[in-house]
Amino acid sequence: MLIKQLSIFLENKTGRLTEVTDLLGDAGINLSAFTIAESSDFGIMRVIVSDPDKAKQILAQKGIAVSLTDVICLQCPNTPGALNKTLQLLSAGGISVEYMYAFAVNEFAQVVIRPDKIQECISLLQENHYELIKADDFYAFKEK
Amino acid sequence: MIWNETYECLSRKEMRELQGKRLFNTVERVYYNSPFYRKKMQELGITPEDIESVEDLAKLPFTVKNDLRDQYPFGLFSSPMSEIVRLHASSGTTGKPIVGGYTRKDLNIWSEVMARTFSAGNCDRGDMFQIAYGYGLFTGGLGAHAGAERIGASVIPISSGNTEKQIQLMTDFGTTALCCTPSYALYLAEMIDKMGVGNKLKLKAGFFGAEPWTEGMRKELENKLSIKAFDIFGLTEIIGPGVAYNCSEQNGLHFNEDHFIPEIIDPNTLQPLPAGEVGELVITTITKEGMPILRYRTKDLTSLNYEKCSCGRTSARMDKIRGRSDDMLIIRGINVFPSQVESVLLEFSEAAPHYHLFVDRINNTDVFEIHVEVRPEFFSDHLSQMLNLKKKIAHRIQSVLGISAEIKLVEPRSIERSTGKAKRVTDKRNIYNQ
Repeated sequence: MLIKQLSIFLENKTGRLTEVTDLLGDAGINLSAFTIAESSDFGIMRVIVSDPDKAKQILAQKGIAVSLTDVICLQCPNTPGALNKTLQLLSAGGISVEYMYAFAVNEFAQVVIRPDKIQECISLLQENHYELIKADDFYAFKEK
Repeated sequence: MIWNETYECLSRKEMRELQGKRLFNTVERVYYNSPFYRKKMQELGITPEDIESVEDLAKLPFTVKNDLRDQYPFGLFSSPMSEIVRLHASSGTTGKPIVGGYTRKDLNIWSEVMARTFSAGNCDRGDMFQIAYGYGLFTGGLGAHAGAERIGASVIPISSGNTEKQIQLMTDFGTTALCCTPSYALYLAEMIDKMGVGNKLKLKAGFFGAEPWTEGMRKELENKLSIKAFDIFGLTEIIGPGVAYNCSEQNGLHFNEDHFIPEIIDPNTLQPLPAGEVGELVITTITKEGMPILRYRTKDLTSLNYEKCSCGRTSARMDKIRGRSDDMLIIRGINVFPSQVESVLLEFSEAAPHYHLFVDRINNTDVFEIHVEVRPEFFSDHLSQMLNLKKKIAHRIQSVLGISAEIKLVEPRSIERSTGKAKRVTDKRNIYNQ
C-alpha cells in the first residue's frame, strides 16, 4: 500500500521544471501525479512515477537533490463530504496529515496523503474499508 | 574654519621634521614596552636608533589585522593598564574583536582630531550636534561626542536607532550638525520626507563615515537634507574616527599627519609608492601611548596628494577609497569577510560549503543575500524543515557576523566551481567606481 514518492528540491528558476521532466521523460518514466510546494526561493516537487528508484538514480546522477518519501493513495467517491468523512476518521484516530494532494474527475477522487504515522493510517483506512491504490498500479506502467 | 592652524597648516618641511621626531619617540616606546614590536624589530635587525628621520619609516615592520587578533586583548599595549582610561573594541566579527586602549593623552588627541574634523565642516560652539553613531564599544559615538564637546557645541548623545525620536529631537532641539553613517542619514532623510517635517529642520552639516559612500550619495544627502556632507575616515586600530577628514573644499580627506603618518604601498611588493599612485594605505601612529601602531596595513586602496589645499591646510589629502586589497566587504557599516560565512556554513551538515554572497544597495540600504547549496543527502521532503534550515543559518550569520542576511537555498552544484581562487562575492553596489 506504500507508494514511493519522489521529492525533488528545485530552485525557483525558469526552465528548472522542464529540465527535470525532460530527464524523466527521456528515461521512459511516467508521471502519475505531482504537486509543488513552494517557498519564496525554492520549491519541493513531489511526484509519483512509474519507477521511483530509477528516477531517483537518474536525477541524483545529475546532481539534483532528491529523496524518496512513503505516501499512500486513497480512492474515494467524488461526492460532497466524502473527503471530510475520511479526514475525520484520521483525526479521530490521532493521525495527522503532513500534506496531501488530490484530483477528482468522474466518479472517483484520488487523494495522495503523507500522514505522520503511515502504518497506523493504512490499518485504520483498511479497517474502515477504504480503497487504497496499490503501488503496482502506478508502477505497472513500465511493463506496458 | 581651522581648529589648529599651527599643525594643520605646518610647512611640509616642518611637518617632516615633527614626524621624524615623533616617530622616533613612538618606535622607542614600543621597542621598550611591547614585546610584540620588540620581537618584530629584532627580526628585522633594527633598533630605535635606526630611526633618524621620517625617511626611515619604511625600515619598520608592518602590522596587520591578524597581529591585533593574535595579541588579543592587550598584547599591543605600550602603557600599563593603570595608565589606560578607556577601552574600545571592534564588533569582532571575525572571531576575536580588535581592542583599542587609550591613555588620558590619547583621548585628548582623539578629541583634538575630531575637533579639527568638525571645524573643517564649519561648525563651532554655536552648533547643536546630534550624535547618531552608536555609543559603546564602537568608536563612532564617543569619538564624535568628545570632538563636538571640545569645539564647545551643544551635544545630543542620542546614539543610533530610534528614528522617530531622532527626527523629533532634530526638529525640537534645532539640530544643526548630524553625525552618523551615510546610509542611516539617507534613511533619516527619507523618513523626514515622509513625515513632512523637512521645513522644520535647521541642519547645515553632516559628518558621515564608518562605511564607504559615493559622490552620488553625497549629492543626494546634500540635496535631501539641505546640508553640506563631510566624510570622516577612521578605524578602531588607529584611534577611531578622526584619522582624516573633509574640509569644505571636499577634495580629498586631510590626514591628521602630526598624529598619524599615511603611506601608500604596493600591496604585492610592499614597497612604498610615490604620491598620486593608487595602492594600499598604511598608517603609523606617532603620538599615541596606549596602543601605538607601526605601519598598519588598512587594506584600503587609495592615493595621497601632498599639494596645499585651497582651504589653507598643508596636510596630505587622501583620495576616496577605491576598493580593498583583500576580500573584506563593508555592509551596513559592518566588516564582513567571506571566510566568516564559510565558517558558519561548515557548522551545518545540511549545507555544502559552497556559497555566493550578493550585495546590493536598494533604496539606500545595503541588501545582503547568501546563496547556499543544499547537500543532496540532507535534502528533506518537508518544506518546514528546509525553511527551518534557512532560519537557523540566518540566525547564526546574524550572531557571528553581527549583520542580518537573506539566506537562499540553492540546488546542489548550482554555484559555479572555480579551479583557481573562488569568486564568492558579487557586489552590485559599485561603491568604489563612482
